[in-house]
Amino acid sequence: MQETKNKKDWQPKILAILCNWCSYAGADLAGVSRIQYPPNIRVLRVPCSGRVDPMFILKSLQNGFDGVLVSGCHPGDCHYLSGNYNARRKFAVLKPLLEYIGIEPERVQFSWVSAGEGERFAEVVTKVTNEIRKVGPAKRLVKGVDS
Amino acid sequence: MIKALREEVRRLFEEKKVDLVIGWGKGSLPMTATPVFIHKAEDVEQLIWDETCSNNLAVYLTKDKRQLVQTNQKIGIVVKGCDGRSLVLYAVENQIKRENLVIIGVPCNGVIDKKKVLKQTEGKEVLSARFEKERMVVEGRGFKTEITKSDMLSRSCIHCNHPNAPVYDIFIGEPINTDSDVAVYPDVEAFEKLDCETRWKDMVESYSQCIRCYACRNVCPSCYCTECFVDQNDPQWIGKSPEITDTLIFHLNRNLHVAGRCVECGACERACPADIDLLRLNRKISKEILERFNFTAGLDIDEKPALASFCENEKQDFIMG
Repeated sequence: MQETKNKKDWQPKILAILCNWCSYAGADLAGVSRIQYPPNIRVLRVPCSGRVDPMFILKSLQNGFDGVLVSGCHPGDCHYLSGNYNARRKFAVLKPLLEYIGIEPERVQFSWVSAGEGERFAEVVTKVTNEIRKVGPAKRLVKGVDS
Repeated sequence: MIKALREEVRRLFEEKKVDLVIGWGKGSLPMTATPVFIHKAEDVEQLIWDETCSNNLAVYLTKDKRQLVQTNQKIGIVVKGCDGRSLVLYAVENQIKRENLVIIGVPCNGVIDKKKVLKQTEGKEVLSARFEKERMVVEGRGFKTEITKSDMLSRSCIHCNHPNAPVYDIFIGEPINTDSDVAVYPDVEAFEKLDCETRWKDMVESYSQCIRCYACRNVCPSCYCTECFVDQNDPQWIGKSPEITDTLIFHLNRNLHVAGRCVECGACERACPADIDLLRLNRKISKEILERFNFTAGLDIDEKPALASFCENEKQDFIMG
């Protein structure tokens, strides 16, 4: 990839998988409130964090994202009542598993952001971007990259 | 023991309590056992039970093309601890009706991994094997060796703490006592202590041996989807060639699909032609699920699998504060 050629100019590419009802609206609020946050995320809107199959995360790492952020409604606030609880169980297994095989823990992150937390959304994105910037371009589990 | 097993099965047929009994019979090669399907009392002499009976027979209730569950009213099945746990899993997931099964438990001290024995004989063909208490005597053309049996155990048996089926109707012999039925994971803990780089290198090294034959999936009692994600081509999740990232993602995702459902019978790694330690990821997941949700797959018929249930106030330390 062009972006990874020159380490100095490298910008992390992060996939933000946001639930339609809370985090996506939170991102929208951050936007309309003109809160500044790093432009490194690409947003993927899903109906619910429970829709996120761990496979989505594995595939996005394989296809060249340097990090993945999944964000949904706070526990108890799910539009579908229990989607985020189910998601939490999946992530509770996925995250340690990825760390176990040697993927840097910073690459895959989870957060809860509500529709009213525009400020918080900006904070989360800033934090995730900075952390991924620190660990550098993804090399593990990336197709076509020898690691 | 074998005699008691045969008598018990004969009695089941005579009392018309079963239409079919699935058990192990003597294999055509040394150190192997083959599944046998017994339909009448005369055939019970085929049954055996020893440390070569490694197949998880539960798998015949879900994946067999003959659809044994649909075509037989009552099925008797001989099970070790892990196979018995698979049956519990099937009952939880509504794949079988508990009342249509006659579960015959046998006490298991672990099964032999034939690949380990072949390593011991440096690849030389074994023509006969005899089991004594703690040892096994292996003979072939021009050699005869004695091996300690516990060194030849399948990797899944080393840390096993469920040697008896958790649910059974008949038990042959005495159930084996275990010090504790809480699983231990010294192997996983040791690997966790290594640094990130080493762990990744090790994973790549071991999984790059994978030729993607999917034997692990085919033999797995918990993998019974009618269409597996690797066979789907729209969307195509996994590339067809054995490329390392595709291979790793296949194994990761397969392990995630059996998360909280894997009974660690080790069928996958005994089937693996590349001799990959396939259970390492399963065991990591089992450990995580036990620690977080206090759940072990296949022990309780009334408990939902860990990833099919949730608790509102559980630990969420992995989520950004």
